[in-house]
Amino acid sequence: MPQLDAAININIVLPEISLLIASFLLLTIVPLAKQRIISSIISLASVAVSLYFIYAMWNHQQTGYFGMVTCDNFCLFSKVIFLITCGGAVMLSRDYLVKRGMDRPEYYAMMLISTSGMMFMVSSSNLMVIFIGLEIMSLPLYVLAGFFKDDVKSTESAAKYFFMGAFASAFLLYGIALVYGGTGTTDLSKIFMSTGIALQKNELYLIIGAALILIGFAFKIAAFPFHMWVPDVYQGAPTPVTAFFSIGPKAAGIAVLLRIFIIGFGGVYESFTIIFWILAFLTMATGNIFALMQNDVKRMLAYSSIAHAGYLMLALTAGSSEAVSAALFYLLAYSFFNMGAFAIVTIVENKTGTNHIDTYKGLASRHPWLAVFLALFMFSLAGFPPTAGFIGKFYIFSAAIKANLVWLVVAAVMNSLISVYYYLRPIKAAFFEKAEGEESSAVQLTLGPLMVVAIIITSVGALGLGLFPNYFLKLAAASGLMMM
Amino acid sequence: MDNMILTIITFLPVLGVLAILLIPKEQVVSIRHTTLFFTLVTFVASLCLIFRFDPVATGMQFEVNIPWIEQFGIGYHLGIDSISLLLILLTTFLTAIATLSTFKAVEHSHRGFYISILLLETGMLGVFAALDLFMFYVFWEIMLVPMYFLIGIWGGTRRIYAAIKFVLFTMIGSLLMLVAILVIYFQYHGLNGEFTTDLIKLTGMPLARDMQMWLFAAFGLAFIIKVPMWPFHTWLPDAHVEAPTAGSVILAGVLLKMGVYGFLRFCLPMFPIATFEFIPIISILAVIGIIYGALVAMVQKDIKSLVAFSSVSHMGFIMLGMMTLNLQGMQGSILQMINHGISTGALFLLVGMIYERRHTRMISEYGGLASQMPVYSTFFMIVLLSSIGVPGTNGFVGEFLILLGAWKFNAVYAILAATGVVFAACYMLWMYQRVFYGKVTNPANQTLTDMSLREKIVLVPLIILIFWIGVYPKPLLNLLEPSVKAVMAQVEVGRAEYNAYHGIVESVASEIELSDAENVKPEGTE
Repeated sequence: MPQLDAAININIVLPEISLLIASFLLLTIVPLAKQRIISSIISLASVAVSLYFIYAMWNHQQTGYFGMVTCDNFCLFSKVIFLITCGGAVMLSRDYLVKRGMDRPEYYAMMLISTSGMMFMVSSSNLMVIFIGLEIMSLPLYVLAGFFKDDVKSTESAAKYFFMGAFASAFLLYGIALVYGGTGTTDLSKIFMSTGIALQKNELYLIIGAALILIGFAFKIAAFPFHMWVPDVYQGAPTPVTAFFSIGPKAAGIAVLLRIFIIGFGGVYESFTIIFWILAFLTMATGNIFALMQNDVKRMLAYSSIAHAGYLMLALTAGSSEAVSAALFYLLAYSFFNMGAFAIVTIVENKTGTNHIDTYKGLASRHPWLAVFLALFMFSLAGFPPTAGFIGKFYIFSAAIKANLVWLVVAAVMNSLISVYYYLRPIKAAFFEKAEGEESSAVQLTLGPLMVVAIIITSVGALGLGLFPNYFLKLAAASGLMMM
Repeated sequence: MDNMILTIITFLPVLGVLAILLIPKEQVVSIRHTTLFFTLVTFVASLCLIFRFDPVATGMQFEVNIPWIEQFGIGYHLGIDSISLLLILLTTFLTAIATLSTFKAVEHSHRGFYISILLLETGMLGVFAALDLFMFYVFWEIMLVPMYFLIGIWGGTRRIYAAIKFVLFTMIGSLLMLVAILVIYFQYHGLNGEFTTDLIKLTGMPLARDMQMWLFAAFGLAFIIKVPMWPFHTWLPDAHVEAPTAGSVILAGVLLKMGVYGFLRFCLPMFPIATFEFIPIISILAVIGIIYGALVAMVQKDIKSLVAFSSVSHMGFIMLGMMTLNLQGMQGSILQMINHGISTGALFLLVGMIYERRHTRMISEYGGLASQMPVYSTFFMIVLLSSIGVPGTNGFVGEFLILLGAWKFNAVYAILAATGVVFAACYMLWMYQRVFYGKVTNPANQTLTDMSLREKIVLVPLIILIFWIGVYPKPLLNLLEPSVKAVMAQVEVGRAEYNAYHGIVESVASEIELSDAENVKPEGTE
């Protein structure tokens, strides 16, 4: 038995288990409680416990479950990003759900389960476990998208997301099957080792399999041309859920793609560089150009998240250890400022009921601090120094230039230029324009304590990672090296 | 103390921001006074630099260099030579003056306005003090944000358009500059195995000619847009006209100088071969700018846009002077940066004063102001003569040196540029005639009051400087000489390879022009 224990090594999944225990509590005991805020507290507590376990495991590389689950700094760093996203989304949700009379424990349970799915996904080096993790992540997301079941848009969003997600899963499974056919294994390092033999005998299986896996994940991270579902789904889903969508699954998808392609398909990486190049370019361009035309801030942020997936694909194209670190750092920064931007959107939506850009007019005179934070997050999204967005972009661009992708970086900075225009629009509305109806100025803004905490944490992250990024850059660098 | 002083100067305004945040927004007067206090303290602190500055030493002074982002080899590296010293003084001086000028002009959101001014000051000071490419870029971009708000919130009718145009134009250049910074960063790593963005280390790095051309183009575009040179000047009239008075003063006085400063500090020393390659293009653009700006200024109906286009013309002079690469031209160019900051800043202040009274800037609305506002008219005349470059004023010294340098460099350019001086006299004096002479035809002008004490206090320091530099520029020129020669020596490195590439054989061995600054004195004392 001790041998079995050692082989299974249950410690390795403690971060996930703490989330799952909390979700179990949320589904069974918490519904009996009168105070609804308990569900938020339990969720946040489990996130904190999970973060503690990650802290304890940092720098201890280990494997478990007979090698099916591994734990290295790369996956721990990604898990931190997921937990920040989850915690942020939980904090954003409270006010939003209370306002609509939907503050139910199962909402939080779904969020926690989905987060644990992401965490499983990145901590595995086996395609089958990755697939299972992906499904654990996705199924609660479909539920969350359609959580407001009386709302047509929310239901539409869930349905669209479900069908697209099912397609993506099918592609992915088909790809895994072909790769298995080509190499006889689903373990990433074994796939890498048998690449040489596979290329001589079953080249097509391996290449097509890898391509199908790429398509499957491209759906999840919303890369061109598999991004069509994003705007409708993001717009229809409850806003805190959209915040969760726009960071969590994207981060998980990018992290897993990096792992699969750099470790598993390292032998055929060269053949995919050009595809990544084109996908990165088109993803950035599509996201940014369509974002220009949006008048709904939530929809604009949906397209902007496509653009950010494009910047992240720069790292995928470069494929070096710096690029991995850069992607991780960027995702960490992105989780702060994008969550912050969505926090402002949620507050405005709670107050006015819409996300149209016109509702932001005159925000600076009504609620100056809210407008200041809006500006901070928008400048960070646009990549202005000294915010986290700038350091993140600098890191990714530098990794790409090191890999001789100068023209792709030039394309990326031109895309950043386009993005400046639309990120400035909410700021312009908030600071430069006056609201048409002045009656709204009388409404007092009431924020729940969790929302305030969320804004403080995200803004500290968005500025702190820009001004003093040293510590996190070192962590990201350690994580990137570990994977190589 | 000496290594702390630049940090203190740069971040004093930020301290001011924190102080303002503590004041309730209703207490407008104390917000104003706090801002003025902090800008004055910053100015006084920057004056301390002069006394501790070693005028004969070459190289950077007051240096501070501590690691900031170790991961990337980025340091918090500040330091100044006499060029940056003068520009820092100009910045702190003009910011204080501009702050004093706004006491009546700002009508709403006072706290935000003064916070923007102070943040802008930190950004500008950082740009002039940074000796690390990354730091420079950070300050260069930070500065955009407060300026965007200054134009967008407190500007004129087309303020939103102007604000966005300003940001986007600047960003086009600066983002490509970011790519160039990254390329240099890896080039240096390839050669020396060290990651650094330190300007001192990167200067003098042997780069291939083609690489230099690309990098010069990327940096140069950012700077050319900022200067702005024709044909990238189109953001300038919009931004200047729509910005509030203080914004225009700082924009014209300091922000435009950043482009020229960028060339002097980064393009020329780092890419000497490319500098020689680009001299013809840039000097032709400069000459076009001189004449184009002057001609367009002539037909303006709005006083402020007239001044804005005159800036395009003057910035052409400055760029031409820098591209001559001889001592007179470059000294004149740097001196003219200061002069332009003073005289155009003063012009914008004067236009702002009349705008506060009448809320119009149309030349046709005025006429006969000389009888209504004698003191104002006198001040206006003095500033205007300085802007034209009449002997005895600062403008003359700068333009004369530039033309002298340009004559040595290329007589045709000098002659063409000299026509710009003639045009300047035309548009300025013609405007003055229409606004100030004749009878008061517009009844609205009959009740105009002359300058208040505060307005006089704002302008008198500028007038003093106009005459002082005009009559006795020697201290400034002496101060500039070592730094200018240092830049010239850095550029000279590229001449041999440039000549070799183009097969040029020089009869006279290439030498640095070392003619004395003393030769210049007689013209100035006219």
